[in-house]
Amino acid sequence: MPAKKKRGAQTLVFDQPPVLTSWASIAGPKEGQGPWGQEFDWSMEDYLFGEESWEKAENKMLRETVKKALNKRNFDEADAEILMAGDLLNQLVSSNYAARELGIPFLGLYGACSTMAESLLLAAILVDGEYFERVIAAACSHHYTAERQFRFPIEQGIQKTPSSQWTATAAGAVLLEPVGTGPRITAVSIGKVIDMDQKDVSDMGSAMAPAAAHTIKTHFSDLNRPSDYYDLIVTGDLGKVGMAITQELFIKDGLQPEPNYSDCGVLLYDDFQEVYAGGSGCGCSACFLCGPLLKKMAAGEINKLLFVATGALMSPITSFQGESIPAIAHAVAIEN
Amino acid sequence: MNTPDPRRWKKIEVEEYENLVQQVKPKPPLFKHCVWAFIVGGLICLLAQLIMNYLLNQGIDKVAASSYTAVIMIFLGAFLTGIGIYDELGKRAGAGSIVPITGFANAIVASAMEFKREGYIFGVGARIFTVAGPTLLFGFVVAVLIGLIKVFFSS
Repeated sequence: MPAKKKRGAQTLVFDQPPVLTSWASIAGPKEGQGPWGQEFDWSMEDYLFGEESWEKAENKMLRETVKKALNKRNFDEADAEILMAGDLLNQLVSSNYAARELGIPFLGLYGACSTMAESLLLAAILVDGEYFERVIAAACSHHYTAERQFRFPIEQGIQKTPSSQWTATAAGAVLLEPVGTGPRITAVSIGKVIDMDQKDVSDMGSAMAPAAAHTIKTHFSDLNRPSDYYDLIVTGDLGKVGMAITQELFIKDGLQPEPNYSDCGVLLYDDFQEVYAGGSGCGCSACFLCGPLLKKMAAGEINKLLFVATGALMSPITSFQGESIPAIAHAVAIEN
Repeated sequence: MNTPDPRRWKKIEVEEYENLVQQVKPKPPLFKHCVWAFIVGGLICLLAQLIMNYLLNQGIDKVAASSYTAVIMIFLGAFLTGIGIYDELGKRAGAGSIVPITGFANAIVASAMEFKREGYIFGVGARIFTVAGPTLLFGFVVAVLIGLIKVFFSS
């Protein structure tokens, strides 16, 4: 028996499209001063967020974002049936520790910076499959916890290349329910791991762009949709370099007319904020979706959104061993 | 008809992609970086020279004066790291602030500050040479080699 809800090679559609009934976002100090600073529920004043360490601050960010998303619907933690979340740290400590304190049944996910799309698409499947009625999908990242794990000590005087990106300090959480008012997830495309032999760890955009282009192209062909179907296609954190390459790949893939396309990593900051090619990290796409994008959807300014979060799946160890950087991208179609 | 070899096909695809990346990827502003490195590196060395001249004028002999100068410069590098200025300098000056001895102090103090929260043994103690370790190791190796050369060739 063929799978009823599968379309083409990598895409799923939903009988009862799950509703995003509530969402919340927290942004770090730098993100709060960016062009969209007013659109987040909370802007942190400093990177410690009243905690003793950056790791604890990241845990608190995720925890508070989840609580905020539930509170907006007058729910509390006990009402949430399952939490699906992830972050960038080894052993997913931020999410695990947040789940410990929230007490919600929990599945930890690692998709590097693609985590928000991964958690959203799995949450949508669980709601449409009638397994759960209140599912939380969330992701977070913290600039300083990621820097120390993937790069250099903070106070070290290092010169960065123009293609490098700034890990966002941010978190986003969404509540999915089978019925209610709000934008709906109508289809999702699960990405393949794509590796085009890129090895420059200070250029994640070039490593991730082929994965984004592949998932978007597959999404359109699986659903037989014209490439101008969406009001906006937004990738997670390709930055300026990755975004420019993705636009070239759209032309090469024959996506005509060219889709209306942008990137959360490019949008999140102003040029003068010294973020080089743009933002990155799970929190980058998570807070941008759960802040400006969903607000615009609720206001009817955007009606059809394709959210494509992208992740670079390397670790410092594999990079030092000379391995190239594999990348993944998942697409989530959100429609009013 | 030959069936295309998937590995060869992948190789062509990767090469094509690499060309695209090289076209799009911005090049680092080398000239600007060089000017910054020259000025900042030069100023650090000038400061050290001024300190050394002052010490020599105070009647301290040359060997002791250069040791004192190194100690003062290391202190300044560490101090500026501690108050969060050295990394701002390094962002712009690159090699200009990494190569002098102050850069070495920066690498060690930055690691120490970074890992303080993991405790003094497994944090600071174990990680303090994360960045400076290679410089120390290969510095020692080269020092030993040069010492051996001196022993064999000066007799």
